[in-house]
Amino acid sequence: MVELTHKPIDYAQLTERVRSNQAGAVVLFLGTVREMTNGLQTVALDYDAYPEMAIAKMQELRTETCERWPVIEAGIIHRLGHLELGDISVAVAVSCPHRVDAFEAGRFLIDRLKEVVPIWKQENWADGTTEWVHPGVNS
Amino acid sequence: MNVDVHLFARARELAGKPHVTVELPAGSSVADLKQALGEQSPNLRPLLSQLLVAIGTDYATDETPIIMGAEIACFPPVSGG
Repeated sequence: MVELTHKPIDYAQLTERVRSNQAGAVVLFLGTVREMTNGLQTVALDYDAYPEMAIAKMQELRTETCERWPVIEAGIIHRLGHLELGDISVAVAVSCPHRVDAFEAGRFLIDRLKEVVPIWKQENWADGTTEWVHPGVNS
Repeated sequence: MNVDVHLFARARELAGKPHVTVELPAGSSVADLKQALGEQSPNLRPLLSQLLVAIGTDYATDETPIIMGAEIACFPPVSGG
């Protein structure tokens, strides 16, 4: 289950969807909009995506995760559009028989998502300026 | 051949439009596409060396050939999460 949405992420429902009698561990990761980045104040973030490719890459990552760890169920939901401070931008939920695998699989999913899934955030700084975030590119 | 290229994030902002059409000779590669993009949209030049290119839903390398009719997208490094 991978999803892009413009609506608030129902992380409780996502967590329930990965819960299973076969799992002894469920890990939920939430990414949330942070106010301060390197001393600069954010008032909001805007997320954009290349939807077809983002879905394809999220599915590939989920498949790879299920091959590398004994995953019972895994889900990823990423929100797009305008997000305020504290809003949830991404939720990753993984269930496994044991906690070590669940933590590792969840960590892998969110780390790789941030590297390969074509989604971008634009900072809305407190001084009224906006800036696309592109790691490794000077603004 | 004419190739339609989707742009995202700062690439879209710098080009001032969501997609551009680039004319390329048959047998061109992704490297040729990037060069043609820079000639057509000079604003994109500072970004070219870090521009990622996707053909369909897969990342391409500079050597990947451009096939007519393929879905092509160019964008700077991703920042989801």
